[in-house]
Formats: sequence, C-alpha cells, structure tokens
Amino acid sequence: MAAGGTKSWLGAPLLRPRVAFFELTSCGGCQLQVLNHEGTLLDFLSLVEVTDFREAMTERSHEYDIAFVEGCVSRSDEVARLRQIRRNARTLVALGSCACFGGVPRMKNRFPDPGLLAREIYGEYPMATETVRALDEIVPVDLKVHGCPFPKEELEKVVLHIALGKAIETPRHPICFECKANGNVCLFDLGELCLGPVTRGGCSAWCPGNRFGCWGCRGPADDANLDSLRAIAKEHGFSGEDLADRLECFGGFTPREAPEPSPRRKSRKRGTR
Amino acid sequence: MKVAGTIEVHHLTRVEGHGNIRIRVKDGRLREARWEVVETPRFFEVLLRGKRYDVAPWITGRICGICSIGHTLASIRAVENAFGFDPPEQTRNLRLLLKHAETLQSHVLHLYFLAAPDFLGVGSVFPLIETHPDAVRRAARLKLLANDLCDLVGGRRMHPTRTVVGGFTLLPKKRELAGFRERLIAALPDLSATVDLFRSFPVPDFSRETEFVSLLGDGGYPFIGGRLVSSDGVIRPESGYLEMTNERVVAHSTAKWCRLSRESFAVGPLARVNNNFSFLLPEAKVLAESLGLSPVRHNPFLAHAARLAECLHVTLESVALIDGLLSTDFGEPRRTVTPREGKGVAAVEVPRGILYHAYEFDRDGRIVMADCVIPTGQNHGNIQADLESLAREMAAEGKQDAEIERLAQMLVRAYDPCISCSVH
Repeated sequence: MAAGGTKSWLGAPLLRPRVAFFELTSCGGCQLQVLNHEGTLLDFLSLVEVTDFREAMTERSHEYDIAFVEGCVSRSDEVARLRQIRRNARTLVALGSCACFGGVPRMKNRFPDPGLLAREIYGEYPMATETVRALDEIVPVDLKVHGCPFPKEELEKVVLHIALGKAIETPRHPICFECKANGNVCLFDLGELCLGPVTRGGCSAWCPGNRFGCWGCRGPADDANLDSLRAIAKEHGFSGEDLADRLECFGGFTPREAPEPSPRRKSRKRGTR
Repeated sequence: MKVAGTIEVHHLTRVEGHGNIRIRVKDGRLREARWEVVETPRFFEVLLRGKRYDVAPWITGRICGICSIGHTLASIRAVENAFGFDPPEQTRNLRLLLKHAETLQSHVLHLYFLAAPDFLGVGSVFPLIETHPDAVRRAARLKLLANDLCDLVGGRRMHPTRTVVGGFTLLPKKRELAGFRERLIAALPDLSATVDLFRSFPVPDFSRETEFVSLLGDGGYPFIGGRLVSSDGVIRPESGYLEMTNERVVAHSTAKWCRLSRESFAVGPLARVNNNFSFLLPEAKVLAESLGLSPVRHNPFLAHAARLAECLHVTLESVALIDGLLSTDFGEPRRTVTPREGKGVAAVEVPRGILYHAYEFDRDGRIVMADCVIPTGQNHGNIQADLESLAREMAAEGKQDAEIERLAQMLVRAYDPCISCSVH
C-alpha cells in the first residue's frame, strides 16, 4: 500500500509499521478475517504499510517490520519459509490457532506415521508431509493472536498498540468469566458440553453467546483447571471420551511432541512485548 | 519488450492458497503450459475418522476460511441425509438465506479485491483506496452487508456458530431480519454500480469448448441439494456424486483432479448460469445478457458476469426469503436427530462451484468414512486445459511474455480458485 499522510496521536507521530502477511498450512481464513470488519478496514489499513500480502496483492517485498503468519508447519519447505520470515521480521506474530498451537491440522498427529496417513489419501503417489508443529516449535514467536477465527477487534488492538508503542496484554482468564459477565445461560445447564471453563478468554464468549458450547479454539487459559472441568462434565453426563475428543480438536490442549531444539533469541513473556 | 518464452509465476497472488504457473514457448509454439498445485495437504478425511457426527460440520468448516458456511451446510446436509432427517421449511429457508449471504460476500470479495485490480492495471485493491475511493467504499459496504447477514443467521461470518445438525442453536430476531430486508433493497444501487464498473472492463476474447457441471434446477436456481447435471447430458442423483467427479491423483498437484465425459470439466458461477439460466430471476437474466452472457458460453472470463448475475439473484431472493420468514410464526430452532448406521451424501452449490460431502457412520454415529470433493479440485483440470489453449493461441499470435503472463494469471483468477480448500 502506498504510504499515506503521517498520522499522529496526542501530537506524537504514529509508527506506521510495515507489515506482511503469510500463510503456511491453513484454511486462509485468518487472512480473510484481516479483510473483514469492513467498517474499520480503511482506518486499520491507514495504521500500517502493507508490503506483502499474497492473498490480496501482487507486489511482494522482504522489507517488513511485523510478519503475521497464519497456519502451522507440516512440510519441510514451510520450515525454511518460516525461518526466512523470522530473519526478515522484527516482530513475528502467530495469527490464529494453527500458528499458535497447530489448530485443527494438529489432529493429524494422533496418527504416528505421517507417510502412512498420506497413503490413505494419495495411494502410492508420494506426498511429502510431516508431523504438525506450531510456529514456536520452530522459531521464537513474539506475539500470539489466538482463535479460529480470532475476533478482528483483537488484531486491530494489537496493531494499534504497536503503532502507539503501548503494551499488549493477552487475556489470561477463561472464557467462563466472559460468559458470566455477558449474562449467558450456562451451556452445561442447556445440556451441552463446553470448554469455556478452561479456554483462554478474549473472544467475549463468542460461541457460548450463540448457544454453542466452546471447543477450545483459543487454547488453554493460564492455570486452566482441567480436573475441575472433567468433574463438571462427568456431573452433566459427558464421558471422558466426549471430553477428550473435544479437547483434541484445535490442538491447544494437546501435549506437544518433542520440539526441534531452537535457541531463543531472548526470553519473552508470552503475549507481552 | 521480452519474448524469451519462459514464464514462471511462483505462488500466484490474489488467489486463496498456493499454485504456480509455468509456460514455455519456442518459435511461436507452445512447448509446455502447466498449472501446479503445491499447497500442503491437511488430510481432513482421515482426521475425521472415529469422530462423532457433530464434529464433522464444525471441523470441515475449517477446510476453508472463505467458504466455511458452504462447507458447514454441506456437512450438515450429508449427516442429516445419513440419519434420514428432513429439515423443516423454516430451517431450509434460513440455511438458504445464510448461503446467499456467503455467496454475496464471496463474489464481492472476488470481484473487487481479487479481479478488478487486473482490469485497472494495479497490483491490489490498496492503491484503489486513493484512486477509486467510491468503488472501494462500495465494495466495503456490500461486503459488510453480506457479512452482517451471515452473523445474524449463522452467528458468525466465518466458521458459523449457530448452524448445527437438526437446525440452528438460536434464531435471528424478526426485527433484525426486517432490518436486513431494508438494507438489501438499499444495496441494489451499489450492485448496479458494480455492474457498470465491470461493464467498462474488456472481456478477454478466448473460448474453449467445455463441459459444465452443476446442480440441476427443479423449479428454482439450485443451491442446496438435488440432482446433478452436466452440459454434456449426464444426469445423476445427489448420491451418485462419485460418477460425476472421478477423482484421481496427478503429478504436480497436491489436489486431486476430476473428469467426466471429457478430460476435464468446469464448475462454478459460469457453469451454474450456463446450466440453469432459465431459473435465474428475470432481473438477473437481463443483467447476464447485458454483459454478453447468453448461455451456453465457453469463455471462462465470463465467470465475472456470472458472479454479478448471481449477486443480484441472491440479493433479490434473500429479500423474498426474509418476507416469507417474517410472514410466519417461528417454530422451534432445532430438532432432535437420532444417529444411525448408514451413509449420507450432500451436494451444495458454494461460491466456487458444486461441493460434495459424504460420510459413513457406525450405529453410534461415529464417522467410519469421510469424503469431500471440492469445487476448485474439480476445476484444476479445466484450468490446466484452458491455460494450454490460451498460451498456445497467444504464442501463435507472437504475444510478448508479459502479455501472456498477465492473461494467464487473469485466467486462473477468473476461476476464483480456493486452493487450500481443494487440497484439504
């Protein structure tokens, strides 16, 4: 996007960072979400200079301050691409659940041999695929925007705070808090299974607000009490298998396979900058 | 001025997912033209095995962020067909309204953000914010309207939250539906201005005789379920989708390709308009014809005209659907569906063409087999055939590399490919 006029806030010029968007193994939805929220889209775009966004623009550039990466890593060429992006970017943001912890594709990891799995679909035709990994299992990640999808407001806030030089806080509480605050009927009382008690908040209880139990797409809240959730689920007639099935869907509650050793550049607290 | 004869487009832009174009020309003759699909597979069909039936719509929606509503609705229909559940009229109408909103959203996104920049000589919609501010604001207004309607009916514009097997978790308020009736009518001048914009763009002169596959209209322009038809005369029931698709693994593609009566066929807006023109609303018919789309037409670039006609059709039909919903008392949002052993197939027309979901369940309603055949997967073979034909013609005319590259990219974009969806 062409550079526009300099924006200022309380008299101080805004940073207008150069940003780039990339996708690895994913559904493309996070990038589409960037183009959603049309009421504020033009304002949002005026805060940044987009230098690379393959899904929306032809121009390409290796010059960017912030890289937003959607998707998980499931093939060796993606490992190389991600490392290159990490080298180019000052700040690397994991965009959405696939990037943060593998997302839905991580369900693949319950099958121990990726090659065997590929043969199920492609027969004898060779198809390169690897165990699914989140971005931070390959390179250091500076920020995570959780959710499948994430609310656009959350991304807007991240970008605005970067432009203003303000701290970025990732919600630590579970979705249950937000559901209560919104006055929703508890999904368990409606006979539905819900992962709201253990899932990281910040979406304003998007699914429970629509009378649809939470599936944990934002991953575990800080200090998530899974034992307590197991007890609640059992009390409401859900089997351990029902709960395990649901916890597995978005990858956030799945124990990670041994990560590839990658030295951290510097230690950062999760979600802060 | 360059006629080196080698064109390589690595990771084509302004399409969803990763694909490459390779063209080699020597002495005015085409040596090679190749459409490569290099997207990483996610193996959804295997991921679903052993999962309960209610996981299918929620998870298969994640096959595609752009047409998640279409996937969710196809998945729900396949599950309901397997369990012998026939949704009541209220549920059917709300689902169709939701689908129309997605179609409008997706077509507007394609027309303005992905296709228009080619015709206006820019790389993206971003410079148009300065040069064509009215058009960009109009695109944003139309997209917002469609997305807001998705939110109202489906709970969310992407990966909808209210759509479940048996119906909806929550129904929209009638007052809100009435508001959308007004907004849809108020959007007609914006649609009209969109048509004027596209009317000002020259349609590239290229045609290749093609077999078109879609749902077969039965009293109306078809979107959800029904018989399958090809312009070569093949008709099959919904459950006979395998005979319509014939998926196969090919080299240079992580997506499977399809064929029917010929080496390739096309699905999507142009296929739908070609096969079901008589079922379009009169206003949409007039619009299509005014853009040179009088079926059957074999120019793939007329897909933009087909999208415009469909935008008008779904907008007008949404108004009628809302009128119908407002004139009746709402029944229960959701009915109980009892799982049983069996197999179910669904065919749904999503923005990029006909989408199939098929599942087999055990008696507890757990998935034994899952199969999804994606519109873009069905189109890959036809994109390849068109690309060869286009490149051959342009090479014979002695066109320069840059011109061949530009038109080849526009050709692939005209299919609005959703590549990660096709690989899934």
